[in-house]
Amino acid sequence: MMMKVVFFFVSIVLFSATDLIAQSQSPDAVKINLPVGFTTEVIGKNLGRARHIAVNSNGDVYIKLDRPRNGKGILRLRDKNRDGKIDDTTSFGDYGGTGIAIKNGYLYASSNSAVYRYKLNNNEPDTEHPETIVSGLLDRGQHNSKSITLDNNGNIYVNIGAPSNACQLQDRATGAPGQDPCPLLDVSGGIWQFKADKTGQKFEDGVRYATGIRNTVGLDWNSATNTLFAMQHGRDGLQDYHFFPDSVSVELPAEEMLEVSKAGDNFGWPYCFYNQFIGKKVLNPEYGGDAKTVGRCEDVKLPVMAFPGHLAPNAILFYTGNQFPEKYRNGAFIAFHGSWNRAPLEQKGFFVAFVPFKNGKPSGNWEMFATGFAGRENVTAPNQAVFRPCGLAQGPDGSLYVTDDAKGYVWKINFTGK
Amino acid sequence: MRVFVFVWLLIPCLVKAQAKKPAGTTSKTASSSANTLKNSITRGHAVYTQYCLTCHQADGSGVPNLNPPLIRTKWTLGSKTVLIEQVLKGSSGKVEIDGETFNNSMPPLASLTDQQIADVLTYVRNNFGNKASIVTPAEVKAVKAKTK
Repeated sequence: MMMKVVFFFVSIVLFSATDLIAQSQSPDAVKINLPVGFTTEVIGKNLGRARHIAVNSNGDVYIKLDRPRNGKGILRLRDKNRDGKIDDTTSFGDYGGTGIAIKNGYLYASSNSAVYRYKLNNNEPDTEHPETIVSGLLDRGQHNSKSITLDNNGNIYVNIGAPSNACQLQDRATGAPGQDPCPLLDVSGGIWQFKADKTGQKFEDGVRYATGIRNTVGLDWNSATNTLFAMQHGRDGLQDYHFFPDSVSVELPAEEMLEVSKAGDNFGWPYCFYNQFIGKKVLNPEYGGDAKTVGRCEDVKLPVMAFPGHLAPNAILFYTGNQFPEKYRNGAFIAFHGSWNRAPLEQKGFFVAFVPFKNGKPSGNWEMFATGFAGRENVTAPNQAVFRPCGLAQGPDGSLYVTDDAKGYVWKINFTGK
Repeated sequence: MRVFVFVWLLIPCLVKAQAKKPAGTTSKTASSSANTLKNSITRGHAVYTQYCLTCHQADGSGVPNLNPPLIRTKWTLGSKTVLIEQVLKGSSGKVEIDGETFNNSMPPLASLTDQQIADVLTYVRNNFGNKASIVTPAEVKAVKAKTK
């Protein structure tokens, strides 16, 4: 009897302990903080793992789900009666994935190995006749999101992340040597260019447009510069080599904003990483580096902006609207999913940042834009974060949309000046 | 609070470990086996912090899509042989737990001693809301011999 009572108490205490871990704060109680004059409104909740998002010229919102829900992996949210609230939601597409984009009358969406498109007839996607634009892209689980963006010249760009940390012989084993040359670079670790309007393309039909990028989830074509921008997720586990005190190590390597200014640009992975404290691409320890030696990394292209390590930039969007104040125009918003590889220090990220641009270059340092998504201070594990920002889109009225793939929330951010 | 939870957590394990002791093994007093478990968990915590925490996280909750959680899963509470093999051999990608997929690779940790592996698994099986039998160095040794 005594035993049963003890077990009973143990169960109660255990349940409350784990509930504390999982339910730090109710999602609706989380307050998103914005600069003065901006307001935020939740337009969708509990939608599933909402990855990237695109908004059509009529205001319809399309969201790609990481995995299908009730067999459907794309959501279409509509405000049918124009009262400012979503009142008509449908879904289609039987595959999970990350990428979604709208261009020239088509909706493009990606699985983890292919890109499809749907013709928009009077803003209604022809869900019965998806066209396969590209198939057969590498998917080995790790870094398998296929982000997409389109230029103004009939091309679509697809990220193919490397299924590896630093191309070691034994993935993620501290001290394991790197493969040299890294064979993964032939099939991944870069961004490939395909024709946006040609069906049935295979991996081999693509052009390796940028290489030496470990993984990118945030990808956007900047129409002001006419160049591709990609947010690199830097390598993990540098702190295990103890080159610096932990407080420095967890900031390395930088998460990078990369500009691909010409086909074939090389950003150095897996041989190099960006040490933002000295402003140089340096050799990775798997290739004989000590976090300072430059060596073969001398000719590798540098980022246009560096961010603290492991924050996981999952979306980048160049703002072209008129609703937000002048300083935001042509600048870049970046959604940070939040880190997991910063132990023994706390995890960081879980916010949307902004980088001002002038004449095609960053005109100042990055700054916080929307914060508080984690719903708490001192996040020591990513599961403690209530929300994890993942996708960004601009509405036809110049509003900014943010998705979250932890609880499936979507916010619309407006500038009201109040 | 954490200490409180921890103490409550230990009680049934100790009782269970003691009750489950098969007949014929050398007899130990309750306090010495309690001491053994407590020491094993203490040592296991240190091993966890050094080799496991970065990926599986301080609270054992893992990372969505990447690193599996250790909280009350069929892996952590299930077959000790499977668990020991996981530590010895690691794995690469696509582990499924309760309908969730985890895609990161785990490097083998075969360089750890039998004692370290036993300690860290005992720690994991008796922390993060878990409650399961201890893992002994002899069990690790037996699995090592079999998988060689």
